[in-house]
Amino acid sequence: MINMIISIASGKGGTGKTTVAVNLALSLENVQLLDCDVEEPNVHLFLKPRIREENKAYIAIPEVDEAKCIYCGRCREVCAYHAIAVLPASEGKKGSVLVFSHLCHGCGACSLFCPQGAIKEVNKEIGVIEIGEKGDMQFVQGRLNIGEAMSPPLIRQVKKYINPARTVIIDSPPGTSCPVITAVKGSDFCVLVTEPTPFGLNDLILAVEVLRKLQIPFGAVINRSDIGDGKVEGYCKQEGIPILMQIPFSREIAVSYSEGIPIIKKDVSYQDKFINLYLNICGIKNETNSSY
Amino acid sequence: MKQIAVISGKGGTGKTVVTASFAVLAQNKVMVDCDVDAADLHLLLNPAVRERHEFRSGQTAVLDKKLCNKCGKCIPVCRFGGIKADCTIERFSCEGCALCTHICPFGAIHMEESIAGEWFISDTRYGPFVHAKLGIAEENSGKLVAKIRQVAEGLAKRQALDYMIIDGPPGIGCPVIASLSGIDSALIITEPTISGLHDARRVIEVAKHFNIPVKLAVNKYDLNPAMTKEIEAFCKENDIPVAGKIPFDKAVVKALVEGKTIIEYAHSIAGSEIKKIWEAIK
Repeated sequence: MINMIISIASGKGGTGKTTVAVNLALSLENVQLLDCDVEEPNVHLFLKPRIREENKAYIAIPEVDEAKCIYCGRCREVCAYHAIAVLPASEGKKGSVLVFSHLCHGCGACSLFCPQGAIKEVNKEIGVIEIGEKGDMQFVQGRLNIGEAMSPPLIRQVKKYINPARTVIIDSPPGTSCPVITAVKGSDFCVLVTEPTPFGLNDLILAVEVLRKLQIPFGAVINRSDIGDGKVEGYCKQEGIPILMQIPFSREIAVSYSEGIPIIKKDVSYQDKFINLYLNICGIKNETNSSY
Repeated sequence: MKQIAVISGKGGTGKTVVTASFAVLAQNKVMVDCDVDAADLHLLLNPAVRERHEFRSGQTAVLDKKLCNKCGKCIPVCRFGGIKADCTIERFSCEGCALCTHICPFGAIHMEESIAGEWFISDTRYGPFVHAKLGIAEENSGKLVAKIRQVAEGLAKRQALDYMIIDGPPGIGCPVIASLSGIDSALIITEPTISGLHDARRVIEVAKHFNIPVKLAVNKYDLNPAMTKEIEAFCKENDIPVAGKIPFDKAVVKALVEGKTIIEYAHSIAGSEIKKIWEAIK
């Protein structure tokens, strides 16, 4: 069996992504766990890993050397994000260039196209990447700085640590937009964690559309499966989405979650259930591979 | 007009359930769903869409295969992994910077405006509602949030409304910042879990960073009373008023399944507490 990259996602927040990611990772061997929910990374609260390396993460933003700049405005022209303004020199007054770093995506167009070589890129810190382990498990997480709007560059940098010699489990952010796409892209399989409520169903449908567009195979885990109604299960059956696992609501699970204790540490029988989840994923992957 | 946003940091703490209840309790207001990439408030407000608008934002690179001679110059300059080894464009990675269009010696790449979603002005049984749907796998959620807030503000001015009540997205990134900018106050909904507190702390820091006053409410507080105490102690230390504590109440999910707010559904202990919270923040 080749090592897979399995991402854990959901449209709706709070359905149990981190619970599934942590417990699945703890149930398997030779695992690397990546927390790509860089806005609100929670895996570490449950895993309590030993962090041995902390690296700052940056994006490159332009810095203009006004001694070289002729205020030609080329940088402003090529910047698709309106992150640079150029005021040309006039009537003996010096021109000036303004950089709005919060709008910059770090694409590098301005420095590449400046005819004077007046723009160099400087690092702007956007967050940190922490690397460590829990027992044999390797762990990497990103943590976005407060007030920083763009998480995808940090998510991309966390994913550079992917270890192909291991089964990689990625805890994704909620939603359906760029941070999620960045986190799940390149996965061999995606587990969508949902709950059987109208909100869970609505957001599951959105997440399914995303994965179909990205052409990533996926299945569903229904958490708190005995609350709410049967519409999520009905939807999955109708759409041919495999239900990989159901986790009934239990006050005990809720309380151990609230304390930061993974379920399998409280109830060892869950280890088999999570191994089974993994085997279900392998089974689906084998089927799709052999159908080509 | 007072603008109040309900946010949480962590997803699934009960933002939308609480916000929908405010729709019943608040008078003379416009409701706004700023969780544009997983919008749920419409499921409880059952809107009749009055206006529907396309949201155009950002651009995506498009390749003309006839002009491309696969020289590959575009590949290394793209920092978003937007161009595959065969020189075709990986649409979902493209961030619209257009660098490739400038570098291509054959003019084979051009930019096309993306339709990034839709936004709506609707009527509900509790007054006007502005909401949106981000296109699947689209970006620019922050700009869509800014757009619908601007629309709601105009509507509130014209109709001389007293409140704009915003259902916010989870996280601390771009759509959250766009939901918070320039509002009067934020209500943080959290849950008594180690992650609920961790995430609330981060989103409170974001609110402080933008000088937005915050109050906090703990949902399902009785699931872990010790953790609730810890959250209350944190609030006291940081001068954050606790607007209320909502008990775990099965009626909440029952109301949800019926598409009703907890206030309309039945007289419930959770509903009574949410009324108190509204009185504390209004």
